[in-house]
Amino acid sequence: MQLYLPIADIPVNVFLLLAMGAAVGFVSGMFGIGGGFLMTPLLIFIGITPAVAVASVASHIAASSFSGALSYWRRRAIDPALALVLLSGGTVGTALGVGTFTLLRSLGQLDLMIALSYVVLLTTVGGLMFWEGLRSILRVRRGVALPMRRSGSHGWIHGLPLKMRFKRSKIYLSVIPVVVVGIVIGFIGAVMGIGGGFILVPIMIYVLRVPTSTVIGTSMVLTLVTMLFATMLHAVTNHLVDAVLALILMVGGVTGAQFGARAGQKIRGEHLRLLLGLLILAVGIRFAIELVIRPEDLFTIRETGGAG
Amino acid sequence: MIRRVSLAASCAVLGLAMSFAPSSAQAERLIVSVSNHRVTVTPNYSGEELVLFGSVEKDASTPASRTAYDLVVTVSGPRADMVTRRKERKFGIWINTDYRQFLHVPAYLALFANRPFDAIANPEVQRRQQLGLNNVLLTQRVGPDYADVVPNDAFRSAFVRLRSEHGLYREDTSAVTFLTPTLFRTGIPLPAAVPIGTYNVEIKLFSDGALVARTETAFEIVKVGFEQFVATTSRQDGFVYGLVTMAMALMTGWMASIVFRKD
Repeated sequence: MQLYLPIADIPVNVFLLLAMGAAVGFVSGMFGIGGGFLMTPLLIFIGITPAVAVASVASHIAASSFSGALSYWRRRAIDPALALVLLSGGTVGTALGVGTFTLLRSLGQLDLMIALSYVVLLTTVGGLMFWEGLRSILRVRRGVALPMRRSGSHGWIHGLPLKMRFKRSKIYLSVIPVVVVGIVIGFIGAVMGIGGGFILVPIMIYVLRVPTSTVIGTSMVLTLVTMLFATMLHAVTNHLVDAVLALILMVGGVTGAQFGARAGQKIRGEHLRLLLGLLILAVGIRFAIELVIRPEDLFTIRETGGAG
Repeated sequence: MIRRVSLAASCAVLGLAMSFAPSSAQAERLIVSVSNHRVTVTPNYSGEELVLFGSVEKDASTPASRTAYDLVVTVSGPRADMVTRRKERKFGIWINTDYRQFLHVPAYLALFANRPFDAIANPEVQRRQQLGLNNVLLTQRVGPDYADVVPNDAFRSAFVRLRSEHGLYREDTSAVTFLTPTLFRTGIPLPAAVPIGTYNVEIKLFSDGALVARTETAFEIVKVGFEQFVATTSRQDGFVYGLVTMAMALMTGWMASIVFRKD
């Protein structure tokens, strides 16, 4: 069934979109991430302009992270204080990101920047995750016990001032790195059309030392609010949010996520990390190839004005 | 993304065409009609084809020797400014470098004839009457100048080629068929991604390589229903649109957590 998307201005097959939403939702439920880094490239691939894809995926991620955050809230797996501090940085970062997005779009370099940041970010994060997953699998195979996290190994981050006690996570931490992490995630989320969960979760675990019990729920709250904020800003400044597209993706996404979450519980943690790393790496490499090989067409057309 | 028809530009082009039209020998009259003057783009619109019918009416002053006619139909959609960018290899990757701005060019342009333009008129007449995609005026801004360039200019040909690939620019020199020596028809194919707005149809009648009559008609492409409402709202009330989208996201997420609740 063909449906005409009002903002993207192209007709698409509804079932294709639903299937894409469900597939990405499945992956996101399985790994506990938003899945924006998969959805945005897929939309670009079926012919939706990168700008519309980035703006519309923001609202799709908001929906899936809200349903996730609700279930984590019921299980008391969200640290409200930590979420608030992250958010104060996240909103600033999102505003900066949407500003940058608008600027790049007027310079005609938005598509390039989206592709470049995908390459850099995804290959780095994917590579690291893949390596880490591989190492722990090998360790388990050899029967070596996982090294315990050395308590008391406080890095420079724990020497920063403005310390605050986050009760539910049971950590005592300076707010400066937390706010900075919020800004960075908000910024890249708005520019790249991703929730940033797949970067935020490792940062929170390895750098901020947030316990795993609260890390996913809290990161979902940050994703939810920054993506809602990004939806709003993209709607007001660039008029690029396609609500019809977003709704189809949401419906597919939240459904797929339920099945993904069940599947995810059956797979061991290190295998899960290895798979996710591979997936992220693959998307990054695909973008890299596209930048390096000679494009099929060197010319592109964009309507600029004279239209209201 | 094309909503406004630039009146000024179309009038200028029109005036140009009129001034070159022969004023004396109006021995023929063209009577035309399109099958639908108002095409509505609904959410499941996937393109359609309009039909243009017409006949050549002769009068007493028509030379008896004149029997064979040639016909050129030009359909031009709403006008907009467009930028064509060219990618070049820099630092090992392909990035947009050079660009040209095309001013007030039609978002849809189709030229139909009953036989090749070269057989209808000589190159000079083809150029003046803008017969064929190579001869249609496409104004570019090159630095401080406004001009159309030679047809084989890299940006111009890339622009025409890209529009043609999307079915938005087309040229077909066998599309017009004469059912009788004076009765003709042609199809006007409209692709799924057709821009909305007013479309001008210009019909030119040639005989022995000279323009003998011309007329115009128009049709309109409008989006209707829900999706038009969505497009307009997103443009005019970005804030409300954003709020509704946010609410929609929250509702969907909340409903999902209710429907799939396990505990």
